[in-house]
Amino acid sequence: MSGINVFTGKAVGMDRVNVDTDQIIPKQFLKRIEKTGFGQFLFYDWRFLKDGSPDPKFELNLPENEGASILVANENFGCGSSREHAPWALQDYGFKVIIAPSFADIFYQNCLKNGVLPIATDQFHVRRLFKKTKQQPCMLTVSLEEKTVKSEGNILFSFDIHPHWRMMLMNGLDEIALTMQLEDDIKKFEAVSR
Amino acid sequence: MGKTIIEKIWEKHIVHREDGKPDLLYIDLHLVHEVTSPQAFSGLRMKNRSVRRPNLTFATMDHNVPTTDRYRIEDPVAGLQMDTLRMNCQEFGVELADIHSPDQGIVHVIGPELGLTQPGMTIVCGDSHTSTHGAFGALAFGIGTSEVEHVLATQTLWQTKPKTLKIQIDGELQLGVGAKDVILYVLSQYGVNFGSGHVIEFCGEAVRKMSMEERMTLCNMSIEGGAKAGLVAPDEITFSYLKGRRYAPKEEGFASEENRWKELNSDDNAVYDKEILIAGSHIAPMVSWGTNPSMTAPVTGKVPFLEDVEGETEKRAVERALSYMGLQEGQRMRDIRVQKVFIGSCTNSRIEDLRTAAEIVRGRKVHDGVEAIVVPGSQSVKKQAELEGLDQVFLQAGFEWRDSGCSMCLSMNADIVPAGEHCASTSNRNFEGRQGAGARTHLVSPAMAAAAAVCGGFVDVRELAAQTIS
Repeated sequence: MSGINVFTGKAVGMDRVNVDTDQIIPKQFLKRIEKTGFGQFLFYDWRFLKDGSPDPKFELNLPENEGASILVANENFGCGSSREHAPWALQDYGFKVIIAPSFADIFYQNCLKNGVLPIATDQFHVRRLFKKTKQQPCMLTVSLEEKTVKSEGNILFSFDIHPHWRMMLMNGLDEIALTMQLEDDIKKFEAVSR
Repeated sequence: MGKTIIEKIWEKHIVHREDGKPDLLYIDLHLVHEVTSPQAFSGLRMKNRSVRRPNLTFATMDHNVPTTDRYRIEDPVAGLQMDTLRMNCQEFGVELADIHSPDQGIVHVIGPELGLTQPGMTIVCGDSHTSTHGAFGALAFGIGTSEVEHVLATQTLWQTKPKTLKIQIDGELQLGVGAKDVILYVLSQYGVNFGSGHVIEFCGEAVRKMSMEERMTLCNMSIEGGAKAGLVAPDEITFSYLKGRRYAPKEEGFASEENRWKELNSDDNAVYDKEILIAGSHIAPMVSWGTNPSMTAPVTGKVPFLEDVEGETEKRAVERALSYMGLQEGQRMRDIRVQKVFIGSCTNSRIEDLRTAAEIVRGRKVHDGVEAIVVPGSQSVKKQAELEGLDQVFLQAGFEWRDSGCSMCLSMNADIVPAGEHCASTSNRNFEGRQGAGARTHLVSPAMAAAAAVCGGFVDVRELAAQTIS
């Protein structure tokens, strides 16, 4: 996994609350045994009409949102099932950053493990972004180093992220390899407690 | 200051603690199923890693399995996923309750049933309903596939300490009202993310009186409130459930473990980050009307009016839900008709659930125009039900009697609700498309689902229950 530091991309707004992972990637696509190729199924039931053609009204299908790589979402994004296929699909579609007032816990973790940056911020900032993305193509620059989101060089807001997850994301580290360096601690724990 | 049971279990499992980092927690039991594990095993193989503690790992297949002709897998992609689990378990030395095994079943049904789930443990599984195991006073939570790989390789997880939330349910539940109604009531009052970042401890008189199976139903749906986990402190009910189960401690070992388990309680002066108090006797049988589990009302109530919904975004969500569900604002819950009934899932497919449903069904017939299925949570639940003649009660009423699996809870196999049909379902999620594209799910208890099957729509099961008993 490669690290993220500064990223610039087009933002798209999805002003819906409690978007669950069943919507992000419906169950019929969970049977694959790979991590790749899920982007084509992202938001499948919302994105496509019954005949398989794109629903022209769905946020991601609007021509001005083509090529978006930053998703601005609403409260409790990614709730429900723990399926990691959700961030795999978002990432494969092209999303690198998701901004929302809050995320479901498991989804948040699943994003971190896959190099997708989830930014939790105030509803106030999210509202502003919804407005901005509606008006014109909205390019944002996200800096994990500075913990800021900028538009045209101006800081829109700064955000918080646990320093450990930030470090892991910035460096694209293999978490298992890091944990394995603590083998002595694990052994000691097992000797005493098991 | 005293400690909660949540903090006590947490602290006992810290392998490594360091400033600026989450805690590294030891995992006592790792449950595995076919859908969220293949990429984790591939990850191990790619890096030439092994499963650190195969003996703390247990696998089964449940999401994809057919519930009719169970050995004929018609979907080749599902078949490959199941074969892959078989191969992975063999290669990495993990015990597997395969589809041919009498132990096979929904992972959250068989863990407790086999005695794998025990008080004080940390338990994870690549499945959000892992919270079910909290019923035993374990800290049990769902994880993603990357974390599955991490646990397989190291038997640990990096975790930030959760906040604590106490939900105390006082008083006695009414006849015909069960754990499912309690958790649906909580969700209807507090929404789908009140528990975010928290572990819930359920307590109070109503919870103490619940059987283990009811406590499992309660904890199972903690995740629907966004909580990391839900648990109930263990007591005599827990210990007597566990005694004699295959993987539970034996003989004297049991007595000494029991003494240790008895310490697993929140101190009287423990402080929680949040507390909720509920009067159990006020809870009615509940029915969900919308597309998330908080969109739920008492069976005696109505679908809300849009003007009563606060906030623009919320209003739009309700509007969208009503259009998806084909319901009118202000419609009475009792006027909703159903075409499908599903009794099953990790929420409500255990033997007591089937007994409760069978009591309602006995001597009655499935209503015209309704298709009803019972999917026992495990092959062993199925066997027990057959010993008690429950299968005959269901079959004579016109239900289908199936083999175990997740089935119509998420419809990954062939058990699908057709678009536009309403389904009374004992499962846990009523999300759009959950039971099939365009399917309209109503979450209810096993008693309410059974009543819906024989009446063709929602009725107040308290009235039926009274008739059944008299």
